Formats: sequence, C-alpha cells, structure tokens
Amino acid sequence: MARRAGPGAKGRGPGAVAGTRAAGDRSTPGVARGPRPSARLSRAQQLDLYYWMRLTRSLEERLVNLYRQTKVIGGLFRSLGQEADAVGSAFALERRDVLSPLIRNLGSMLVKGAKPVEIIRQYMAKGDSPTRGRELNIHYGDLDRGFIGQISHLGDMVPVMTGVTLSFKLRGEARVGLVYVGDGATSTGSFHEGLNFAAVQRCPLVVVVENNGYAYSTPLARQTAVTELKDKALAYGIPGVRADGNDVLAVFDVTKEAVDRARRGEGVTLIELMTYRRKGHAEHDNQSYVPAGEIERWEREDDPLDRYLRVLTAELEFDDAMIAAIDARVKDEIDAATDAAEASPMPEPTDALVGIYAEPALIEPLWYRAGVRSAVAAHERAAGWGTFHG
Amino acid sequence: MAETTYLEAIRQALFEEMERDESVFILGEDIGAYGGAFKVTDGLLDRFGESRVIDTPISEAGFVGAAAGAAHMGMRPVVEMQFIDFISCAYDMLTNYVATSRYRAMLPCPIVVRGPSGGYVRGGPFHSQNPEAAFLHTPGLKIVYPATASDAKGLLKAAIRDDDPVLFFEHKYLYRRIKEDLPGGDHVVPIGKARVAREGKDLSIITYAATVWKALEAAEQLEKEDGLSVEILDLRSLLPMDDAAIVETVRKTNRVMVVHEDTRTGGVAGEVAARINEQAFEWLDAPILRVTAADVPLPYSPPLEDYVLPQTTDIVTVARKLAAY
Repeated sequence: MARRAGPGAKGRGPGAVAGTRAAGDRSTPGVARGPRPSARLSRAQQLDLYYWMRLTRSLEERLVNLYRQTKVIGGLFRSLGQEADAVGSAFALERRDVLSPLIRNLGSMLVKGAKPVEIIRQYMAKGDSPTRGRELNIHYGDLDRGFIGQISHLGDMVPVMTGVTLSFKLRGEARVGLVYVGDGATSTGSFHEGLNFAAVQRCPLVVVVENNGYAYSTPLARQTAVTELKDKALAYGIPGVRADGNDVLAVFDVTKEAVDRARRGEGVTLIELMTYRRKGHAEHDNQSYVPAGEIERWEREDDPLDRYLRVLTAELEFDDAMIAAIDARVKDEIDAATDAAEASPMPEPTDALVGIYAEPALIEPLWYRAGVRSAVAAHERAAGWGTFHG
Repeated sequence: MAETTYLEAIRQALFEEMERDESVFILGEDIGAYGGAFKVTDGLLDRFGESRVIDTPISEAGFVGAAAGAAHMGMRPVVEMQFIDFISCAYDMLTNYVATSRYRAMLPCPIVVRGPSGGYVRGGPFHSQNPEAAFLHTPGLKIVYPATASDAKGLLKAAIRDDDPVLFFEHKYLYRRIKEDLPGGDHVVPIGKARVAREGKDLSIITYAATVWKALEAAEQLEKEDGLSVEILDLRSLLPMDDAAIVETVRKTNRVMVVHEDTRTGGVAGEVAARINEQAFEWLDAPILRVTAADVPLPYSPPLEDYVLPQTTDIVTVARKLAAY
C-alpha cells in the first residue's frame, strides 16, 4: 500500500495528494485553476467549519460513553479522522440541495441540519427519534432539510440520488445532489448502474468517494485493482478528481467546484477524498488487520481537526479564546441533547403497525395479539450478544 | 467431550469439507484475515491459504456468479453473505442463472450460499432478515435452515456435497447461545428430512430455525400449566420439504400450528398448510393456525422488535386455542 506510506510532511495530508504542489496550494489536480472558493468564505464561515467538525467529533465521543453504559442499542459507527471530508463537502451545498450520507457522514448530516438530540435518540432506539425506533444509528433523513437516509446495502444510494437529481433536471430546478460512497461501495453493481445513468443524463450530481483505506477489514488493494478511485470516472465519461480529504478547505474547494459545475448543467463529477478510518468498522471491531503504527501515524500527523486548528490560528489569525468558545458551546449543546435523549420514551410497541402503507396507515394486529400492548414484559438487552454489532 | 456451539459447528463443517475435498473453497467479504463478521471462518485462512479463502470486493452478484462459474468447472464454492440480508443483491444471479442452470443447460451448479440470518438481536431492518420465502418459490434451489449445532454441521456438509445449489441459512441468535455434544466421525445430515424435536400427542408445532427453541419453551409451559403433550417438528430443510414427516405428525396429533420468524404473508407456513390440506385434510380436527412475524419490515427498537417477532407467549396462546377447538 504505497499510497499509504505516510502522510506528507507537517501534516499536509497524504503524500500522494500533496505531490508536487507548493505549500499552501489547496488546488486539486485536474480542476481548472482560479481563485479557490474557500478564499471567499467569511470569517464566520471559517469558524463554522471548525464548529461542525468539533461537534461531529464530540458527539461521537459522547455516543461512545453512552455505548459503554450499554445505552446505545446496536453498533456504534465512528467517523474519527474523517470529519473534514464530511463537513467540508456538505458545506459546499446550498440549503435547497440534497445529500445522501453514508455511515461516516454524521458531519455532513449535522451541516444539513440534523440535530445532536436526534442522533442520540436514534442510537438509543427512542420512540421520538426521527425513525421512531425503526432504524438504527444515523440511518435517517429529512427531505425538508435536504438529506435522505441510507440503507445498509452499499451503493444503493447512487441510483437513488441519480433519480433525485434527474427530477431537478426535469423540473428545471437549479438544485444539486451529492451522494457519498466509501471505497468499498465502488465495487457494487448499484454504484456502476447509478453512476452510468446519471452520467448519460448529465444529472446535477456530485459523487463523493471517501477513500478511507478500508471497507470493514478489506484494504483497498483487495477491493479494486485501480490505485486511484478517481480513475473510475473515465469509465463513465465524467471528470474524476482527487483531493486531500483531511484538509477541510481543500474538501470544500473541490466539492464547491463540482457543485457549481452541476448547477451550471455540466453534469456529474466524481470526487475521491483521501482520508483514513481511525476506528474500526464499528466500535466492536478491534482492527487487528491494520498494520502496526498506521492508525497512530494518521492520528499524530494528519488529524483533520488539528490541521484546521493550525490553519485557523496560524494562517487565519483566530485567537484561542474564539476556539475555546466554540468548544464550550459544543459541549453545552451535547450535554443538553444527551439529557433530552435520555429522558425520551421508548416507542410504544404497537407503533410497529403504523405506516407500512399510506393507506391503510395502520395494519391490524395478528389475531392472537388483539388487545395485547406489548409482546414481552421486559426489554432487557439480551445477555449474549455474540459479535453482532451491525 | 466439550460441547460445540452452533457457530463452531459451522466452522467445523467448513474445515472438514475443505480438508476432505480440495475443490471446496470459500469466498465472501472479510472472511480471510478478519475471519468474517461473526468469526465463522476464523482460522481458515491460516490453514488453507489465500487461494481457498478469498476475500471479495463488495459485490454479491459478482461473487455468486463467479461461484457458479467455478462450480461448472468442477469446483465446490461456498459463498458467505456477510449478512443474509445482502443476498438480495445476488437475487438475479441466484434465481435466473444458478437455479435454472441444470434444467436449461444441463450445467451442474453445486454452490452453497450461507450467511447469518434472523432477528431477536436488535439488528434492524437490514441485519435481521429471513429471506427464505423469497427463494422457496424458485425451483432449482435447495434451502436449509438448521436449529441445532448438530444439524448446522451435518446439513452444511451435506450442502457442500450436494450436486445442486443450496442456500444455507444460519440463525445469528443461535450462533453462541446453543451448544451440544456433536456426533463424532463424518457427521452428515441428509437434506430434505425433518426432525422430531419433541415427541407429543395432543398437538403439533411445525417450525424451523430459532423458533424451534421458542416452541420448545412453549411446550414446556403447556405441559406444566395445561397438561398438554406437544410435538415439535423441526423442518430443517424447507426445499425440498419433508411431506412424509409433516403428514405423520398430523396423523398423530390431528392439530397443527406452524411457527416461523419470517413475516406472515407468502411465508413458509402458508406452503406447509397447503400441503397438509392436500395430503392430510381428513386427519385434521382443527384449522391449521400460524404464529409468525407481523407483515412489517423488522424494526430495531426493542419494544418494536419484540412486538413484531413471534414470542413464546404467542405460541402458548395459539396452542391453547388450537387444543380447545
């Protein structure tokens, strides 16, 4: 895995991306030169990027605490080390645009308006969670806020987002869609079929491939014989670009350019964001398959929050008090969200029968359950959970 | 002799068959160094190497199709679905290509597709499915779904040796919860034969997989509280289905209920009821009753999942109704 030989000097991101560029040049090879979109971000927006990344990380840390207290039902999925790719890309969208997150895109959802209390309620399987206890973790969406929930079958959201953006095109709306896939999902038939269709239709779609090195335990070299996933774009006749996924401004730049291009009616762009999954597939995964020292090296040299903090303080001259104020605000928000989620009720058992169809909105209980409110008296977490963690 | 879990029994079957027959190889996602999401294939890479324990890209249609091609060439591939819920991604390959291959092209396709199935684990709609009924309607496939460690081992060995494609459903709730002393030697359980899990004379529960254990619990309760003698028939094989064993239990008790974890409409229970209707109607003293999941995508939150899935208390309720008819 030569590509992962190590992050570039001084935390400038993966060497393969930093390449021959001059220091401070966040441009992405293959994208037209010009003023970087991030150069036009306001001071407030520059701080917002930090806020969303910090919120993502701290919220997941809180979820880890809840998981260890067995208050999380099911697995816990982290995006540690990938916050910049999620936040920077979603930040390039407008409110009217629609994105489809994947399991490491908590940050994207937060930018799109997802609330910490919703996330915690989801993980705790609460009755007032966005899916009312039907779906797990961050598997939910809200069309009003512009995000559509994923399912577990990888790649399936690519054709769905093709359809979303096809509707924008058909109705002449200047809206854009963005769909995230991991390196693993690029192997699926759905990815291929959806992307091909979107390319043919010149849909206003941005496909972000988060290359974090692993699909569960499978390293990229066992996933695909291509060394750069951006090259897959060639097969669809669309541009493919690659950027440093741990540099939030670089992520914003490359995504903004693709979003603008889509909005201008110039079709689909595939973006490969180079990042690294520092935690396992889910919290139970001990990452025994990862070469020694690899995780530590990324943590030490290429942490997206550390990197952006250096930019904020050294290049953009924000003072420490402003950063500390954001950290305090994030903590308060997460504390309040935790309290609210813990106080939330579990779902009413019979709510399981609601909403399978528009009509009838409620199906009848099975005859032997008529009048039965709950199927079992207690809902303790089962004793032997084996290794099941989603 | 140490007791063997359901999960370990499956690994033993894979290990022994790979030792026995060099044409057997396994493929699937994260099954090599990682040993599979549930560690079913743990240790197989060390013993058999990368050429016979193949980590695949995320591409179920691709590796099921590749298994079919290898099977045509005389290999015996065993495919792991990381979760059986992902078998839907290979539905085209399995139903159109694999299932028809012997009939339309005289091409044997001896593959096994196995994977963790079933609920009661708070896995939500995409990590809890029981898709057996979706394939029951496909001539050319065989389907087994064991409830015990012994059957898990013996049926998997039979599936690997079978000259036709076999879907082998494993219940993840049972993986580490049940264990038993396994028979020694080359333990093979024939496909197509049901098993009487408990002898009884008042009524019969026909079931399979995890609900066999719920039926056993219910039978204990019914015996203690109602003095009812309940027979339990564990189908084990769904396709082909053991009509003789079904008819035999009907003739013995004259009252039958069918229990499964899968949803109700279009489920295996309907097929069992139809077979009884055709072959043993005269022997029935009561209508055939079903205990199944409600027709709902399986929700994740404990109160919802518990409500949707069949529970021991449901089996007791329905059995009492059946006995009193």
